[in-house]
Amino acid sequence: MSNMMKRREFINKSALGMVVVAGSSYLIPGIANAANVPGWPAAPFDAKVLDKAMEASIKTTSVTTSPKVHLTAPTIAENGAAVPVTVDVDYPMDPDDYIDTIYLYIDHNPTPLASEFHFTPANGRAYFQERVKMAKTDHMRVVAKTNKGVLMASAPREVKVTIGGCGG
Amino acid sequence: MNLTRRDFMSIMGIAGSTGFLSPAAVASSWGSGKDPYEVPEYGNVTLLHITDTHAQLLPVWWREPGTNIGTRPQKEWGITPHLVGNAKLAYYDIQAGTPEGYALSCMDFDTLAHKYGKIGGYAHIATLVKRYREQVGKKAILLDGGDAWQGSATSLWTKAEDMVGAQNLLKEDYFVGHWEFTYGADRVEYLLKHKLQAKFLSQNVFTIPWDEPVFDPYAIHEVSGRKVAIIGQSFPFTPIANPAYFTPKWSFGIHPGHMQKMVDECREKHHADLVVVLSHNGADVDKKMASQVNGIDIILGGHTHEIMGPKPVMVNKTLIINTSTNGKFLARFDLDVGKGKLNGWRFHYLPIISNMIPADPEMVDYIHKVRAPYAEKLAEPLAVTESLLYRRDNFNGTFDQIICDALREEMDCEAAFSPGFRWGYCKLPGETITMEDVMGQTAITYPQVTVTEYTGAELKNVMEQVADNLFNPDPYYIQGGDMIRVGNIQYTMDPSESIDKRITDLRVGGKLVQASKRYKVAGWGAMNPVEGTPVWDIFAKWLRSKKTVSAEPRDLPVLTKNMQGNPGIAFPKEYDL
Repeated sequence: MSNMMKRREFINKSALGMVVVAGSSYLIPGIANAANVPGWPAAPFDAKVLDKAMEASIKTTSVTTSPKVHLTAPTIAENGAAVPVTVDVDYPMDPDDYIDTIYLYIDHNPTPLASEFHFTPANGRAYFQERVKMAKTDHMRVVAKTNKGVLMASAPREVKVTIGGCGG
Repeated sequence: MNLTRRDFMSIMGIAGSTGFLSPAAVASSWGSGKDPYEVPEYGNVTLLHITDTHAQLLPVWWREPGTNIGTRPQKEWGITPHLVGNAKLAYYDIQAGTPEGYALSCMDFDTLAHKYGKIGGYAHIATLVKRYREQVGKKAILLDGGDAWQGSATSLWTKAEDMVGAQNLLKEDYFVGHWEFTYGADRVEYLLKHKLQAKFLSQNVFTIPWDEPVFDPYAIHEVSGRKVAIIGQSFPFTPIANPAYFTPKWSFGIHPGHMQKMVDECREKHHADLVVVLSHNGADVDKKMASQVNGIDIILGGHTHEIMGPKPVMVNKTLIINTSTNGKFLARFDLDVGKGKLNGWRFHYLPIISNMIPADPEMVDYIHKVRAPYAEKLAEPLAVTESLLYRRDNFNGTFDQIICDALREEMDCEAAFSPGFRWGYCKLPGETITMEDVMGQTAITYPQVTVTEYTGAELKNVMEQVADNLFNPDPYYIQGGDMIRVGNIQYTMDPSESIDKRITDLRVGGKLVQASKRYKVAGWGAMNPVEGTPVWDIFAKWLRSKKTVSAEPRDLPVLTKNMQGNPGIAFPKEYDL
């Protein structure tokens, strides 16, 4: 199974990655109980402020930005309840050196850690797309962690959630 | 370079050479008796561009804004297109009082309007387009930058079919959209598939949630043995600036990364010799996009209704223009396209001064025919205006002032809001406002008037949010409208501040606004489906009751002193500067 993720492992990791859309009102029941999943990182996902969420997830509140970590999101959200986010890390996914985890934080969401995705060299590429809920205009940022524990961050990205209605 | 008088508003250049954008390269005279619309042939490809006609089949009055403040740090103010009045004329080296001066500036508008007449009109555009097509033959490509389907009574009542007919008569080749989408996705798809002959292109419209392209992103147009790639860019903020419920399954956005991919695909896979983007981004967004995306030769821009000619702007080897609105200009690029590169170009920014161009009989007949069923209703006289009425300006245009006055009185509200749209033509002092003119300011598919009780905090938040859409220093956060129009609301504005800090001393009826107090505010153009009387009925009723109207006094903000000397402000006294 060197090139393939075990099915059970995949489900487990997927559940981890998919768990939280920021805020809690949109959680579906099965996932809301993800805290029951073995290894579920409750502390970082429950943290209410960015510093605490970063401390609990990556044990630091300061990560150097790297041009390798690409965070793509709209400058102005079409729908704050489903903001499309794409994350792509330019990093070789070698067996002994690869991106292991990618964290997405939304600075002032009720629980700032929005998602945590795990990767293995078998993924081939550290890349994902998801939709997150944002209550108001805010910054989002991504931290990628290698299997050796090296951290690198994206530049923070401001997504405006606005009333609109006055264009052109 | 030796320009003759007939080369007015024209400029030529050799791609890659320096100095071709010097003011001296722009001829500034007219009236030599020669035909000002005579353009010498050059090169092997001719691009003809119109945009944002806002469904004005007939000529109209159009005054350039007196206020168009740039959003950059103060030292960079005065960058085109954020120049108005005499600053605009000086930048392009155009004389005041000439036909070009009339077209480019707001100064002495009333006087010059009487001298030179109305601008635009599809019959006059058609005459020029036909003439240039006869001149250059198949070398010509006609591109329409969108916002052709909205802005008039007949476009609203025919659900844009009157405009599609006019576009077909012009034999337009390519089209992108913005207000078109406010007829709803089904109507757009029907007209594009079954009625419009031009090809609709957009690289930045995707399905929700699967991100599949809704339209063809580009077309490869072969002309003179060269391949010209036309990439479409529809308005990126359509579901934010206009109600999202019209296109619930479509997502927009700027997508510079995908644009780069399309440019590369055109160059590498299709071996395009020239890459042109037909854009509805708006001028500031176009400039930023050009700085990020490599390999675009020309961006033909619209949306923000800017005069960004007669000199094109160059960013990252991309030539960028913006071609005004309401049919006021036809832009013409004559290009010498070599194998894989642009060797040289000539640019002509041609004002459509309708008295100076004969009407095309075929288009005249068509316009008469489509208007006939509505002619009587459109002609109804409502009131005479004492003021010059216009909309386009960063703050309360005079037409919006009387709309706000009408909303407050008819809805019995202490204050009113009106959207910061940039379309809506002018009326001169002494003219009669007809039902057609009312529709020319209000013809949208979500016209219901609503009364909302805002707290003082909510009132301020609405105004701060809109101000940020106008003055954010990053163009990618600018949707392209102007400041929300207000009735009986007074405030001080600092455009250079950040969100939540631009507005101070906010008052309703002269009294300081209290955060928790409630204020009854009339408005129109809601983002969600609402019940209510269409704004044109309320505005028309009020006009009938007044018989004579004036836009004084105006609810203009006081601008902070750091705006003194800003070349985007033609009449500083209006803002206590």
